[in-house]
Amino acid sequence: MAGITSYGAYIPRYRIDHNTIFSAVGFLGTFPAPGEKAVANWDEDTLSMAVAAAIDCLSGIDRQKMDGLYFGTTTQPYMVRQNSAIVAAVLDLQPNIRTADFVGSTKSGTGALLAALDAVKGGDATNVLVCASDCRAGKPGGPQEHLYGDGAAALLVGNDGVVATLEGHYSVSYDFPDRWKSTGERFEHAWEDRFIRDSGFSKIIPEAISGLLKKYNLTIQDFAKVVYPCLYPREHAAIAKRLGADPSQIQESMLATVGDTGSASPLMMLVAALEDAKPGDKILVASFGNGSDALFFQATDGIAKVGARRGIKNSLANKKELASYEKYLAFRSLAPMELGMRGEESAATSMSLLFRERKTVLALCGSKCKRCGTPQYPYQRICVNPDCGAVDEMEDYPFSDKKGILFTYTGDNLAASIDPPAIYGLVDFEGGGRFWFDFTDSDLESVKVGLPVEMTFRRRYLDEARGVHGYFWKATPVRA
Amino acid sequence: MAEGIKNKVAIIGMGCTKFGELWDKGPEDLMIDAYKEAIEDAGIEKKDIQAAWFGTHFEEHSVGKGATSLSTTLKLPFIPVTRVENFCATGSEALRGAAYAVAAGAYDIALALGVEKLKDTGYGGLPGGQNLMGTKFRLIGPNMTAPGSFAMMATRYFAQYGLSPEEGKNMLAKVSAKSHHNGSLNAKAHLRREVSVEQIMNAPIIAWPLGLFDCCGVSDGSAAAIVTRADMAEKFRPDPVYIKALQIALSSGEEMMYTNWDGAHVETTTRAAARAYEEAGIKNPREEISMAEVHDCFSITEAVTMEDLQFSPRGRVREDIDAGRFNLDGEQPIQTDGGLKCFGHPIGASGLRMMYEMYKQLQGKAGERQVKNPKFGVTHNLGGFPAMNVISMFIVGL
Repeated sequence: MAGITSYGAYIPRYRIDHNTIFSAVGFLGTFPAPGEKAVANWDEDTLSMAVAAAIDCLSGIDRQKMDGLYFGTTTQPYMVRQNSAIVAAVLDLQPNIRTADFVGSTKSGTGALLAALDAVKGGDATNVLVCASDCRAGKPGGPQEHLYGDGAAALLVGNDGVVATLEGHYSVSYDFPDRWKSTGERFEHAWEDRFIRDSGFSKIIPEAISGLLKKYNLTIQDFAKVVYPCLYPREHAAIAKRLGADPSQIQESMLATVGDTGSASPLMMLVAALEDAKPGDKILVASFGNGSDALFFQATDGIAKVGARRGIKNSLANKKELASYEKYLAFRSLAPMELGMRGEESAATSMSLLFRERKTVLALCGSKCKRCGTPQYPYQRICVNPDCGAVDEMEDYPFSDKKGILFTYTGDNLAASIDPPAIYGLVDFEGGGRFWFDFTDSDLESVKVGLPVEMTFRRRYLDEARGVHGYFWKATPVRA
Repeated sequence: MAEGIKNKVAIIGMGCTKFGELWDKGPEDLMIDAYKEAIEDAGIEKKDIQAAWFGTHFEEHSVGKGATSLSTTLKLPFIPVTRVENFCATGSEALRGAAYAVAAGAYDIALALGVEKLKDTGYGGLPGGQNLMGTKFRLIGPNMTAPGSFAMMATRYFAQYGLSPEEGKNMLAKVSAKSHHNGSLNAKAHLRREVSVEQIMNAPIIAWPLGLFDCCGVSDGSAAAIVTRADMAEKFRPDPVYIKALQIALSSGEEMMYTNWDGAHVETTTRAAARAYEEAGIKNPREEISMAEVHDCFSITEAVTMEDLQFSPRGRVREDIDAGRFNLDGEQPIQTDGGLKCFGHPIGASGLRMMYEMYKQLQGKAGERQVKNPKFGVTHNLGGFPAMNVISMFIVGL
């Protein structure tokens, strides 16, 4: 039976308090609810967060078994160049898979999930990875600025080792024009909040959920958890009342800790619900955005056997306050930053080179000498071990999942950086191999020789003149 | 059996411009100034030069590729001219090309000239050089600068030998203070100001743990040498300077990609130095080498180089620095002209500038910086980063 076989999530480390934003710029006719929101670091975006959630979800799972990857978002970095195909390349999935981007609405995440479930139910696929991620910036001073947070979720859909079976689903679609954005625009436009609240969230979500209950002859009390997003904290609770649900049945919205993560929101909340689910629990999840998709899952005995995940709980706990609104503007490219003329120098990214070296650059794949066993990065045809030197006796060797220790480092104030000093160093990997890497999610004071590190996939540069988002891996202190 | 280059080649003339932020001089002016001094010093004319080697590194910021910028600037009459480039060891590479050509008997007299015009970029520090290490490395290498790459060696040195940041920075500050003193005595040097250890330690951090005064000058300049066959040298002057050894070594990749390098020394220097001492017949470098111009792009580079050249025991250079061994009045003066630190570092010229100082010192023409009765001088020219580099080393004597 088709269902969810694994889950993962990612919340960026930085959080900014609503009041930090409010005291800097205020809001148009509104006051912020207490709380904070998750802020992607300057080197993170929708795609890098999707990768982080996917890696969490696939922990301990053979990636060669994947036969599809669907990616739901409203903030995909590329309009042309399939974002799901990039994620698949980063994860080093086999090429004989189906990839698709689901975009344009905050229900894109559940859309991708339903498509994956359909593929598995139909027998065309046995393991489809679903990623949902959003990194939306509101205009400085506007209400979206503090309401929108950054984050991602990933779910593996299959029919073997299912931890939550899909029991049913029901969708409604409306051209509900609460928010819109045209090609080439940076920010969303929004209609009045009261309209979005009264004609949107409080009507459409109950309609989808009621439709599902009716379709399967259920009552809301049958569910251990009911999951749905809502931009407005008070309305989130009011919808529960309207559904006749007890507040204890409602999955916490994370509006005061992460913010509304758009297409990732319902799936992140679903991951949080799965983290607490007991065998037999029924979970209802509904999305919102030009309608709503409602899905009904039931946890199996396997729910207790999901291996350690960062998931929502650990990601929520791992945080660092971003005390400066100005840093937030810099991180999200909301203020033009002076990088100096050295920083303005930008050579073109060679796409043919990138494709040829995609395993090296996107998947952080090096080689291991079959004769002496030495791992090395990047891929070498001639073994770097001076006592070996074997020629063309290499096999692929992934470094992305290897931990390491920091051999040496610096914090560089001369290197052009959005967040100086630029920290980088040499990493010695457990099991062998050494290379230079940039550091991220760190500060110079906490970096020491011998620090345990792991690898994280990040956006290294944005070449605006040529429309290129350049990605690579960085080292980061091992997170809980 | 290879014989090496000992006593086969002599330097009979040298020239070196003032180094610095020479806003009013183009690379062509610098080339001509160094060339003029060199041929006048050698007592030769343009028609005597049979071939030339030309070194420049950041060609995209000044003279462009190829060697026609040298041949057309000097109006060299259709002779062979080769441009060489080997990171910051480019100047030594030009001299190496000329020296081996003469040693091979292909030519009697050859010119080596290095130039760099760094101050037309519009910003401080070296040019970004995004493709410095190639188009692939740009996609996978860190957002690294020269000071940062060498700072990582300081971090490693401090960790390996148990120095606190304070102790380590104090050791490095003494290295720079010494070079500032020497530079203050040199009219051609870029930076001519005495600086105290306290000032150096309190300077703004460029790349932790290196501060402003741990970094060398970014300068414009040019230097040149005229070389000839050893058996002809005394026809030109009574005091030619002979090449006793010439070695270069390049990283094999194991420092960066294998895990046996300790990060607190430079493997290429260690290897090339051992070969050079063997070539020159030097058994005890600490005692036999009178003086050296080493590649002090950063204070830490000079410190570890003292160990790599076997002037100080491994991990113990601090004792020699504290004892003043490398000061102008010490037992083994280093950077008598101020070094890269204060003479400045116009990349393509630096290796030849080092030789200029050794040449003048051996001839007893170093004025108030004169080392007493020098016998052997060393130039050590490093290009790249500690983890991946080229070093070029000469031993010269009378």
